[in-house]
Amino acid sequence: MRYIPHTEEDVARMLDAIGVDSVEALFEPVPAKLRLRQALELPPALSEQELLAELGALAARNAHTGTHEWFLGAGTYAHFTPSAVDALVSRSEFTTSYTPYQPEISQGTLQAVFEWQTMITGLTGLEVANASLYDGASAAAEGALMAMRTTRRSRVVLSAGLHPHYRAVVRTYLAGLGAEIALAPRGPDGRSAPLAPLVDAATACVVLQQPAFLGCIEDVAAAAEATRRHDARLVVVVNEALSLALLRAPGDQGADIACGEAQSFGVPMGLGGPHLGFLATRQRFVRQLPGRLVGETVDTEGRRGFVLTLSTREQHIRRERATSNICTNQGLCLLMATVYLSLLGPVGLRRLAEQNLAKAEYAKARVRATPGLDLPLAAPTFNEFVVRVPDSGAGALARARERGIIGGLDLEPFAPELGPAVLVCTTELSRRDAIDRLVAALAGRPA
Amino acid sequence: MSAADRREAVGNATRGLSYEEPLVFERSRRGRTGYSLPALDVPAVDPAACLSAQAIRDGIPGLPELSEIDVVRHFTRLSTWNAAVDLGLYPLGSCTMKYNPKLNERAARLPGFANAHPMQPEALQQGFLELCFELERQLAVVTGMDEVTLQPAAGAQGELAGVMMIRAYHEQRGERRTRVLVPDSAHGTNPASAALNAYQIVAVPSGSDGLLHAEAVARVMSEDVAALMITNPSTLGLFEEEIVAICEIVHARGGLVYGDGANLNALLGIARPGDLGIDVMHLNLHKTFSTPHGGGGPGSGPVGVKSPLAPYLPTPVVRRREGGRFALDRDLPHSIGRLHGSFGNVGMFVRAFAYLRSLGPEGLRRCAEMAVLNANYLLARLRGTYHVPYDRLVMHEFVLSDRNLADTGVTTLDVAKRLIDYGYHPPTVYFPLIVHGALMIEPTESESLEGLDRFADALLAIAAEAREDPDLVRTAPHHTRRSRLDETRAARHPVLRWQPLK
Amino acid sequence: MAEYDIPEDLVYSRDDEWARAEGARVVVGVTDYAQKQLGDIVYVELPAVGTTIHQGDVFGVIESVKAVSDLYAPVSGEVVEINPELARRPETVNEDCYGDGWMIALVVEDPAEVDDLLDAAAYAKHIEERSE
Repeated sequence: MRYIPHTEEDVARMLDAIGVDSVEALFEPVPAKLRLRQALELPPALSEQELLAELGALAARNAHTGTHEWFLGAGTYAHFTPSAVDALVSRSEFTTSYTPYQPEISQGTLQAVFEWQTMITGLTGLEVANASLYDGASAAAEGALMAMRTTRRSRVVLSAGLHPHYRAVVRTYLAGLGAEIALAPRGPDGRSAPLAPLVDAATACVVLQQPAFLGCIEDVAAAAEATRRHDARLVVVVNEALSLALLRAPGDQGADIACGEAQSFGVPMGLGGPHLGFLATRQRFVRQLPGRLVGETVDTEGRRGFVLTLSTREQHIRRERATSNICTNQGLCLLMATVYLSLLGPVGLRRLAEQNLAKAEYAKARVRATPGLDLPLAAPTFNEFVVRVPDSGAGALARARERGIIGGLDLEPFAPELGPAVLVCTTELSRRDAIDRLVAALAGRPA
Repeated sequence: MSAADRREAVGNATRGLSYEEPLVFERSRRGRTGYSLPALDVPAVDPAACLSAQAIRDGIPGLPELSEIDVVRHFTRLSTWNAAVDLGLYPLGSCTMKYNPKLNERAARLPGFANAHPMQPEALQQGFLELCFELERQLAVVTGMDEVTLQPAAGAQGELAGVMMIRAYHEQRGERRTRVLVPDSAHGTNPASAALNAYQIVAVPSGSDGLLHAEAVARVMSEDVAALMITNPSTLGLFEEEIVAICEIVHARGGLVYGDGANLNALLGIARPGDLGIDVMHLNLHKTFSTPHGGGGPGSGPVGVKSPLAPYLPTPVVRRREGGRFALDRDLPHSIGRLHGSFGNVGMFVRAFAYLRSLGPEGLRRCAEMAVLNANYLLARLRGTYHVPYDRLVMHEFVLSDRNLADTGVTTLDVAKRLIDYGYHPPTVYFPLIVHGALMIEPTESESLEGLDRFADALLAIAAEAREDPDLVRTAPHHTRRSRLDETRAARHPVLRWQPLK
Repeated sequence: MAEYDIPEDLVYSRDDEWARAEGARVVVGVTDYAQKQLGDIVYVELPAVGTTIHQGDVFGVIESVKAVSDLYAPVSGEVVEINPELARRPETVNEDCYGDGWMIALVVEDPAEVDDLLDAAAYAKHIEERSE
């Protein structure tokens, strides 16, 4: 077996040095009656060549951006990743390294994380960011938990625009802690209805997604005002990280905590994972931050270097009093995003966001001009929006599929009150002719 | 210029091809670009016209402007500052730093896995669903559990899920249990996960032999205890010989047993946690199943359960329907809910699946056998020089302490740092907490005999250095690009981001 | 116990805090043994002035780089003063734990609670017992 180097001769010499006469004898501390008598019932080993064929066959039974035009977003986004990202991230000094607990031999990882932390503070308009969380959904949950810890309150208000999966994850995380969860309604234009009536002195936070699940751009400043009145926290959750390149930063609009998903920054859609949760906050809450933190310092010669710091927040020291139980985070995905953001820079990222907006505005204009379709929500959007279709979301998307298009998300399970509707996302990958064909398909018109 | 000065900084390299590399922001130059965008094929829009002017930001601070080659050189150079399994041995106890197969990377990058969307129609993700179903089945076989969820994104999240399922189980029975038993040798995530479920932690002391004893458990077990969390083999690398009796004691009072599967590598094909009495356990795909550590993740922490806990599994669950079609079942009224926005770290499922198919049942057993052989061999070479607090046959890892070096003033930390000079990432240090100055060593099955001998030679040489030249060891490492870093300063005056000079 | 400084004129709790009576007030801090065990102190969290604490309650937290420890009240009372220096220079606890590194001052309800505490000799013995 090519992953295990031992020859029979090696084994014999080692047994001799240990002083036992067989490999079996090494397992003597495992009571005999507990030891397996037969091999595990697993399929036999395959050679590399055979296994790649089998895996290729499995992969081929999944649609992907190479088989269809892609207009499905809903929390996981199809963006173009520059070639340099995978080339750099594939270096085994990055992939096969461990958590940087020994800083003298982990400066590559530590410096990259410090750079990521800096970039996230810039994008969110806040002061300190952690070294990633599992994904946007768990980041939203950690944001809510952090708000509860820093206010010592247990009532959490979730906006209607929170991705339904994120809402489910927040519920799961809070379930064991006796928290009270209130759901804020959606207004007629698609944005949250006014939040002030829902915030009281027992409220730890409002969790507001920007843009909302249905694509609408929320009034973050108004939400901040609503929470400020009772000293509650505003937690802004982001699904589509690219929106941070265009929209006013959450921190500049009064958010105390900004968190969410950074998959759009060079991390593959990957059937949902691994993705990249981020969390940022104000300096004064730094000791309540979950997850790892990298800080700058110097070595014995006075040279600048980086280390994991404020570790006493974490499970390996604080144990049951930790801010979170998180240990492993999403290190390599963080590196993808840091490389991506370094390549795009502030100018490239802004231009990319504007392209996404332009594609969506074009698609919306085509929808408005097509009989049988309309845009039921009046609020402005970024790169995602709701299209009402003549028959049903399922029917419209089936038509799209026949034309080689994954047209979006059927909203019937998520927002049936909208009637037959689809959530459509356009990115820089959406070519104009594909948009035209999508619109025709949704309306049930000839291509 | 003196010879010494000439040997020093030449350009920004200080030692030939060993580069000092500034922060990416310090390399930034206005107007440099590293991206390419196609021309817009739709009309351009003015964002302030579509959204309102106050909704738009002015610029984005904190991002550098660089050319593609700037970025490539920056991160390539940074990579040369890291230790990595592909460079050398990482004997980190309880981390199982085994070889990360390159086939697995190729598999995960197949477009049908990398460029597919979690919410695309089930009919168009059958290959993915089949892989999940098959991986779950294989992990169930390996662990002796009945059902498996792949959703938790890391071991700690798996623990959270497991403890939540335990809580749901008791609640459904109308029982209000408030405590969880955790051995004093446990990993910190164990009590943290229990606390996140509002359980009170009761520490169970290990015996003087390092093992958990049935009477110690019996003494603290009651109808108020929801569960015992146990790691087997323990964090000392010892098989918990009384585990069956311990599980029976917990079960007799209506409690459940949670197994931390971090050390599963020692048991592959040898014994199964499910047969020992474990009711629910997590696995670490990034340990036992070879997925790469990535400098701090992504990992993956699937959870296996016995049937009584199956109703509480996170939603959705992959089912195989009539005609061999795979489908997602969301109709789980007692599920603990979702822990992850999608299915979990799918890329790691592909890698672990490829690993299991590469090894087959014989290969898996060989992993455990060679991992245990390697650990015992190293122990045989090191005992006598280093103090062994629990000296007997070990499993895949073992613990030393620095007691034999006490009179030299050299500590475990110093030995760890000096090992770096010899080309090794240090073992786990100061864990488990029950051994003072613990040095926990896990070579894994990936290490060859000559590799083990070189490592043992290094540790023996350091022990000799501790006597002959303790100062050399206490001020190590000497050959790294950074010497010991001031962690106190980093904690007292945290600087957690770069900011431009005013 | 030559390696740890244990002033004769103070009383000590089993949790490694010291107390000094100053008229109506009792001043509290952590001992030399505690600060040596913890290592370089990086952060001290203290209660707000006006808080009432009971003997044995956790009144704060002390952090070093690698460890964190609760601070337990050796006596009950109302917090009337906290040491402002520790927010600025937590290392003061390492440098002068019985003087400038003091933590809180309490107005004590029940002076007799001090009798539950250890004198210097008893505290020294307590350290020795734990080191075995």
